[in-house]
Amino acid sequence: MSDPTIYAQHIRIWYGTPAGPVRAVDDVSFSIQNGEILGLVGESGSGKSTIGRGLLGLLPPGSVMDGELAFKGEDLLALDQKERFKRRGRDLAMIFQEPLTRLNPLMRVSEHFTETLRTHFPKISDAEVEKRSLDVLQVIGIPPSRWKAYPHEFSGGMRQRIMIALALVLRPAFVVADEPTTALDVLVEAQIIRILRDLAEQFDTALLLITHNLGIIAEACDRVAVMYAGKIVEIGDARDVFSDPQHPYTQELLRSTITLTTDGLHSIPGAPPDLIDPPSGCHFHPRCPKAMAHCAVAEPPVRNKRGGKPEPGTTDVACWINQLADVPEDARGPLERGEISVADEA
Amino acid sequence: MSAGSLPRYVLQRVLLVIPMMFILLTVVFVLLRVAPGDPISASLGGKLTEEAINARREMLGLNRPFIVQYLEYLGNTATLNFGETITDNHAILDIIRDNGGATLTLTIGAFIIALGVGIPLGRIAARGRDKARDVVIRVFGIISYATPIFFVGLLMQLYIARPTGLPTSGIASPRIMHAVNQNAITHVILVDSVIQGNWAAVGDVLVHHILPCLTLGMMICGVFIRMVRVNLLQTLQSDYVEAARARGIHESRVVRKHAFRNALVPVVTIVGLQAAMTLGGAVLTESTFNWPGLGTQLMHYIQARDYMGVQGIVTFFALVVAAISVIVDVVNALIDPRVRFE
Ligand SMILES: Nc1ncnc2c1ncn2[C@@H]1O[C@H](COP(=O)(O)OP(=O)(O)O)[C@@H](O)[C@H]1O
Ligand SMILES: [Mg+2]
Repeated sequence: MSDPTIYAQHIRIWYGTPAGPVRAVDDVSFSIQNGEILGLVGESGSGKSTIGRGLLGLLPPGSVMDGELAFKGEDLLALDQKERFKRRGRDLAMIFQEPLTRLNPLMRVSEHFTETLRTHFPKISDAEVEKRSLDVLQVIGIPPSRWKAYPHEFSGGMRQRIMIALALVLRPAFVVADEPTTALDVLVEAQIIRILRDLAEQFDTALLLITHNLGIIAEACDRVAVMYAGKIVEIGDARDVFSDPQHPYTQELLRSTITLTTDGLHSIPGAPPDLIDPPSGCHFHPRCPKAMAHCAVAEPPVRNKRGGKPEPGTTDVACWINQLADVPEDARGPLERGEISVADEA
Repeated sequence: MSAGSLPRYVLQRVLLVIPMMFILLTVVFVLLRVAPGDPISASLGGKLTEEAINARREMLGLNRPFIVQYLEYLGNTATLNFGETITDNHAILDIIRDNGGATLTLTIGAFIIALGVGIPLGRIAARGRDKARDVVIRVFGIISYATPIFFVGLLMQLYIARPTGLPTSGIASPRIMHAVNQNAITHVILVDSVIQGNWAAVGDVLVHHILPCLTLGMMICGVFIRMVRVNLLQTLQSDYVEAARARGIHESRVVRKHAFRNALVPVVTIVGLQAAMTLGGAVLTESTFNWPGLGTQLMHYIQARDYMGVQGIVTFFALVVAAISVIVDVVNALIDPRVRFE
């Protein structure tokens, strides 16, 4: 089998803040094949955007990333700044959440495309720029008559299409779409998701689709990774995860979506933890309805859902319930909440 | 689409400036009437007999009710008639023609210096945020803004004029001034020298501009430093800058084309807001450097307690400030396509 488009192992990312380092991403591993869409879902603040930025090398100054990251077999973290920069846009692209503010208000659509293409292909002619750009815009549903228009002359949905076209015009092999439809209405959302799905299919593009909307995952993604407090707690085939969720957090997510339909994520009792000083053991244990005494003490490793080693094609989960054999007998009883809150306050 | 809306936008701005003018003129009129003493006896008292003063008063229409005078003042201003001075019977329009040019070139020179110094310094400060150079530049910005003009002028005279021999008085050497003004066409001495092809005069006039323009320019550049720094810090954090980086656009271009250009948009507005303050600064600079501009004339008529002279010149200043605010709005609309659609 050829190298996956993205191969990420044991990725950790810290942000430096005055209050101390924020462990936004804490030992995350996944890979994405050509033409595959991996959905990344989780409450806001769980570190989804940070992963996206880390993959492109767009982290702000003061942040640190380590682990292993390969693009088509090439080690990205070993590249120097300049080489890494060249990959951006051309090999690895990003589509953002807020289409309204992502285009330079002083530049015409045409100028955005010219700048982007010229940066990566300095010798390209004006005619070629226009032809390539209009081709992509056409596919995405922006008529050529709008070529010279300014960003403010478009609606949010149209601007998101332009952002997508601007990413696609370079034919990247990998695209991060960070909540690309959160700011848009439902009808436009469906169109954008269809565009992204067609893209993965037609051009064999690998796609990391970040969202907190499980409906989008079900509709568009081949696989799904569920994130909680900087960790992937469950990852596997989207249909498998939805029909037979393993991790209590995944189960809670699905339940809240079913009962509330719209944006039910926040109906899970409690709040996500502080990432400067995360809880001991499993990060989810303070909110977990199934927590055992052991969960507050030790962090569960990632295993496939039968408790064996993770392998390609398996659904993997980081939860002690799936690895009961490794939990000491006397630590299998339900977690005593009172002790914990006292301990937390101490 | 955008071409059609620009003229409409300009018209809108012009219409909006009318109420502002109205308020300004009213303030000028009222302030000068409530000032102690009446215009004629204040300026001419003691020199003329009671009868002569009354005759003057009648001739100038100052014995009529305020409301009549006020309406007449508005009407005259609307037709660009600024009246005459009381003390020496000069038409204000003549004063503007003869002295306006010096004030014009002084303020333009000062703006060039303020922009030329303020924009790069603001940019350097923002790019090196919280580093030593940022702190030094910010302190410089505050000091240059807060230091009184006459004091800056004094420092310039002591520490720059002494060692370099740069002139500190007037807009040209007396002989050159005389020669150029004999064939004055535009009454802007710098322009007249160029028209006459008198390059020695051009050089002389330019050299005379250096210290006054520096002095006034320093006062305004602090504002530009701060504006450019704050705006650039903000645009460097903006979503479109991150998106440009994500497309692989080179960092130097991201800063220049995306962050910096957007950071300059509000600076244009500041130029407009600065206009009134700059005219105030120009008045002080002119008296510091004995500059033959409108500011010096204004000071002269204030000292002579010539209310009509003061009113005429201040009214003209008010018109200029209003005109600049319209021009700035139009320039803004040309730079920033969003403005036209608001
Ligand atoms: N620039 C930053 N500096 C410090 N902390 C940050 C920064 N960006 C994000 N974080 C923190 O990192 C965590 C993950 O954020 P993010 O990746 O944006 O989450 P998500 O995209 O899942 O909502 C949050 O706790 C957030 O507060
Ligand atoms: Mg996010």
